[in-house]
Amino acid sequence: MSKLGKWSRRGFIASGVVAGGGLVIGVALRQGDRRGDVISAVTTDGDELLNIWVKINEAGEITAIVPHSEMGQGAQTALAQMLADEMDAKWSDVGFEEAPASDDYANWALGKGFILGSAAVPEALVPTVDGAFFQVAKAMRLQITGGSASVRTTGVHGMRVAGAAAREMLIKAAAGKWQVAESELSASESVITHIASGRTATYAELASSAALFSPSPTPKLKDIADFKIMGKHVERHDIPSKVDGSAAFGIDAQVPGMQYAAIKAAPVFGSAVASVDSSKAEQRPGVTQVVNLGDAVAVVASGYWLAEQALKDVDVKWTKTSNDGVSTQSMREQFTNDITTAAADGTSTADLELGDFTAAFASADRVLEATYEVPFLAHACMEPMNATASVNGEMCQVWVGAQNPLGFRYEVANALELDPENVTIHQHFMGGGFGRRSSADSAIQAATIAREVGTPVKLIWSRAEDMQHDIYRPGVSSKFRAAVAADGQVLAWDNVYHEKHEPAEAPVIPYAITAQHIHHTDSPTHLPFGPWRSVDHSQHGFFTEAFFDEVAEAAGEDPYQLRRKLLKDKPRHLKVLDLAAEKAGWGEPIAQGKGRGISLQESFGSLVAQVVDVTLTDGKIAVDRVVCAIDAGFAVSPDGVAAQMESGIIYGLSAAMYGEVSVVNGAVQQTAFHDYPVTRMADSPIIETYIINSGEAIGGAGEPGTPGIAPALANAIYQATGTRVRKLPVSQYDFNYRIEETEELG
Amino acid sequence: MITFTLNGSEQSLDIDPNTPLLWAIRENLQLTGTKFGCGVAQCGACTVHLNGQAIRSCVTPLAAAQGSAVTTIEGLASAEGAMHPVQEAWVAEQVPQCGYCQSGQIMSAVALLEQNSNPDDAAINAAMSGNICRCGMYGRIRKAIKRAAGESVVGVFDPKANAPQEVSNV
Repeated sequence: MSKLGKWSRRGFIASGVVAGGGLVIGVALRQGDRRGDVISAVTTDGDELLNIWVKINEAGEITAIVPHSEMGQGAQTALAQMLADEMDAKWSDVGFEEAPASDDYANWALGKGFILGSAAVPEALVPTVDGAFFQVAKAMRLQITGGSASVRTTGVHGMRVAGAAAREMLIKAAAGKWQVAESELSASESVITHIASGRTATYAELASSAALFSPSPTPKLKDIADFKIMGKHVERHDIPSKVDGSAAFGIDAQVPGMQYAAIKAAPVFGSAVASVDSSKAEQRPGVTQVVNLGDAVAVVASGYWLAEQALKDVDVKWTKTSNDGVSTQSMREQFTNDITTAAADGTSTADLELGDFTAAFASADRVLEATYEVPFLAHACMEPMNATASVNGEMCQVWVGAQNPLGFRYEVANALELDPENVTIHQHFMGGGFGRRSSADSAIQAATIAREVGTPVKLIWSRAEDMQHDIYRPGVSSKFRAAVAADGQVLAWDNVYHEKHEPAEAPVIPYAITAQHIHHTDSPTHLPFGPWRSVDHSQHGFFTEAFFDEVAEAAGEDPYQLRRKLLKDKPRHLKVLDLAAEKAGWGEPIAQGKGRGISLQESFGSLVAQVVDVTLTDGKIAVDRVVCAIDAGFAVSPDGVAAQMESGIIYGLSAAMYGEVSVVNGAVQQTAFHDYPVTRMADSPIIETYIINSGEAIGGAGEPGTPGIAPALANAIYQATGTRVRKLPVSQYDFNYRIEETEELG
Repeated sequence: MITFTLNGSEQSLDIDPNTPLLWAIRENLQLTGTKFGCGVAQCGACTVHLNGQAIRSCVTPLAAAQGSAVTTIEGLASAEGAMHPVQEAWVAEQVPQCGYCQSGQIMSAVALLEQNSNPDDAAINAAMSGNICRCGMYGRIRKAIKRAAGESVVGVFDPKANAPQEVSNV
């Protein structure tokens, strides 16, 4: 798959928010003065900005300015580690702050990482390429936290380079001060030492003169063997505030004079307000106004509870839409029809065509067929969607937790027809993001309501509103065929599915099967799409790795051993797979009523293998243990990587076991955690994570733990019950009965 | 007028006594460490102590607090500002990811440990399964509870007590 292909998809997703965009002058580490507005945004008196990512003040405090948002992943701490290590700074001197939502922080490193991949940039071209792609990133208004990208793009292309460049500038400053050669100087713990004379100067003392030099775009980076802070366990900076209640999430914003709003949007996406009778609600105590937003109605009151109570008294009629008859079942029938038709009439679009798959199927001793399905999923962040806004004439401020604060700025500006320069986003911690907080919907609503009522307004969605107006992981059907020879050789793999988003390679398997046809079609629904932790990998990880076990059985092979056999030219994959299998005790006898399943998934630049142990009791499955092995190239923050594996696995397990958004008469039915259950303490497995530092390009951590849990679980359930779980969630199965042919399950 | 103590200081609120305690705490008294998660007592993000018992403040009317002692996450630290041992254990195990549920998790854990100084896994499951963590940090929460239990042999969570260090029974 071409790298350019990735760019066009990314560009497509961002095109809605592109609004002109002036010429960009320079980037973080480009030669020349490109500091401009950034100085006024992030420095106070006494600070010298060495470059866009770092500042050192007179007290010697080094601040990493991070263009990513905190939603739990802890990337800020890892990014600061990368900066500090390359800079040879004292770790206790280093802190971080989030970049303001400014074009100067448009995420050039993210753009470059996505567009070119980390290996594709010839070193000599770096200044030009960075400049060009900074412009691309800026034009796309990207300041995104997502794609498991913080460490592998901003960290690798931004923080390490910035730290190393800063170090070089500080050394130059000391060399100039002492009139000695740079080669006679060493840097350690925020101090430059002239080895021969023993003279020393702190980074704080050198900061002003160092800032006069231009940073090199290609400073010398450390070898892994020289890392002092990267790869070591450091405590996350953000944790103390998250255990004493002081961490400020979007919902905690306090703005003088603010009122509170509760909202109800049209139950069916695409529907609008036909009529509103708010007379009863307006008479309730504390209520100041009922606002008709066109596709939603909000009640504004002196307290959230008063607003929420009054909302029940607003009588809204909604317009009819062509979606009013849509149900989960009608969508499933549509998906099946559309993929079947596209495969039959050749209108599908190929992801991959390899070998002569038509001939391979014709010559097969056995052709295996199965259709896999996943349901729509909500994100169900712990913090329901919310935003606080204040609009004064042409000026607008929004207090919110956003995965893309800069994008929010432009979306709010567009929606309210304001100059983006006049929109300020006050970024807050996010009580979960998982992709959900990439949409500015609640921020736009809050700003619209605030302008209507003339005071600041804090808008909070109820849990039901959050469930019913999410941007959803789509429901998807995926149909497989595999050709197996009489001797067990796997000859061909055919897979057709619908609903293609990112990453493009999600349905691609790593296995050496000589004939492959992977293709897709469209099957649109009225439910809005949203990136959901690991995006397309969240379904294809389940589809491909669960079906692979069916192929292994047809080929008469152990599923682990067949994976090994078909990965023999992929030592990195093999190592991860072998480590998980070994730690889990693969091959040991499994007791009656228990099962063990395995999966392997490459996503976001990381390889993850998982082995799941389950126990069947009274027809119910309990997940006992998950053994996880990850090769993310190099784990900058090993405990952070382990935490992300645990988190990604539980997030994926919740979905695999229970998650399903269902639709009746066009409307999402789920309202809270009784009808959208998630994994709780009592049903959470023991998770063991093993990290391989292969030294390959650094991969992501936030998402790669999620795709592999569902297939490993399904494969374990097959061993325990004899039932192939081809449809999620698992909770729809009654394992008191062995289902020989799950195709008919319904 | 409803009168109660919040983290040791007396409060009087002249608002609708049916107002859920959660919103009285967050909006009227402006302590925002206690979180709104679902509003129907299913997630535990709003957990506070009412006379030492863990309750879901999103479904508890303010009237229920009349004459009672309410403790929130902001009230766990010692008078000198030292973290509660359970909070310290949370830091030691690096529990939080997004952190939104953690006030409620910690309040449930403190209530558990005050009633059962050495809970086993079944007791932890029973006490903590009302608290959802969408970041899935259940394993770390379990370890942190056991760590806190192991370190609080003397007295019950007096932060000033010089508790002997024991290896946590994880």
